[in-house]
Amino acid sequence: MKYLSILLLCLLPVFSYAGDAKDMAEDPVLEKRMIGLAENLRCLVCQNESLASSHAELAEDLRREVREQMRKGMNDKEIIDYLVARYGDFVLYDPPVKKTTLILWYSPFVLLLIGAGTLIHKLRKRTSQNAEEAELSAEDTRRAAELLNQPPETAQRVAESSNQSNGHSARFPHPNPLPQAGEGANESLRDTRN
Amino acid sequence: MTRFILPFIIFIVLAAFLYVGLSLNPREVPSPLIGKAAPAFTLPQLYEPAKQFSPQDMKGKVWLFNVWASWCTACAQEHPLFVELAQRNLVPIVGMDYKDKRENGIEWLRRGGEAYNLVVSDFDGRVGIDYGVYGVPETYLIDKQGIIQYKQIGAVTPQVLREKILPLIAELQAK
Repeated sequence: MKYLSILLLCLLPVFSYAGDAKDMAEDPVLEKRMIGLAENLRCLVCQNESLASSHAELAEDLRREVREQMRKGMNDKEIIDYLVARYGDFVLYDPPVKKTTLILWYSPFVLLLIGAGTLIHKLRKRTSQNAEEAELSAEDTRRAAELLNQPPETAQRVAESSNQSNGHSARFPHPNPLPQAGEGANESLRDTRN
Repeated sequence: MTRFILPFIIFIVLAAFLYVGLSLNPREVPSPLIGKAAPAFTLPQLYEPAKQFSPQDMKGKVWLFNVWASWCTACAQEHPLFVELAQRNLVPIVGMDYKDKRENGIEWLRRGGEAYNLVVSDFDGRVGIDYGVYGVPETYLIDKQGIIQYKQIGAVTPQVLREKILPLIAELQAK
């Protein structure tokens, strides 16, 4: 008895086999065309779903309507016009360019242009500033010449005074400090000049 | 000082866009039918299915066309307004029972009160599609020439009735 019932239970799936799901339409080609079209249309009820995927009753009705019109031989454009006439551009995921959609279509490009313009302007300004800073003024040239031509002690004094006026060099030691007087400074100075 | 002006302007512009954008109701899809002829149809009447109604029968009159259903909660909210409006006898009101069962529709009207001069039944929702109905209730105001002049999406409120629909009815009737 026990084994018999187990055997029957094992056979259960055989009897409960459901069969293939019935095709939504008798015509699978038409169904495919309908789904292809409906994927680009918005369901009015659940607005973030396409007409193809929505389970709202209205979406089902509209799919039925689209199917019937396809059967009548209307082309995709005629069917879309039919829906737009009733529900407006709102049903389209790809709204046409017209006066009310100008901002929608073109503002990204305008923003891009503004962004690119600002970037170029800023970069140009920066390079011209750098170039100005890199050029030596007459005062700089005079001081450089003075440093090179002075005996070491004076040169160091000039350098120190300029270090003080310039915060950076005061904090970070100069990589090549000028040699102290009396530590073979004359030789080293001569060396550099030769 | 000047370096704050540009960000401030950008902020103001963004705030203005957000203020307008977020105060719009995304559920209200502007109807392309306003200013166009009310789509023609012929539908059986709810009480006497043998009799038919078509919008041409209303030519020369300003009338309200209210789409409702017994399964719709917002319809029950607005219905007392239509009952009251019907008693004032200002304008003919035609009701359309949308995707409903006949007995449910009749029962709903018996409970809620009669508001309609005439009720038609659109049980498969085809006429609803022609009128761009995507939810109930929806109410259309149609003028003497059969042109749709106004569409209310969702329940009519006392305020909308007082401030928009009634003045428009008076204006259209005077024409």
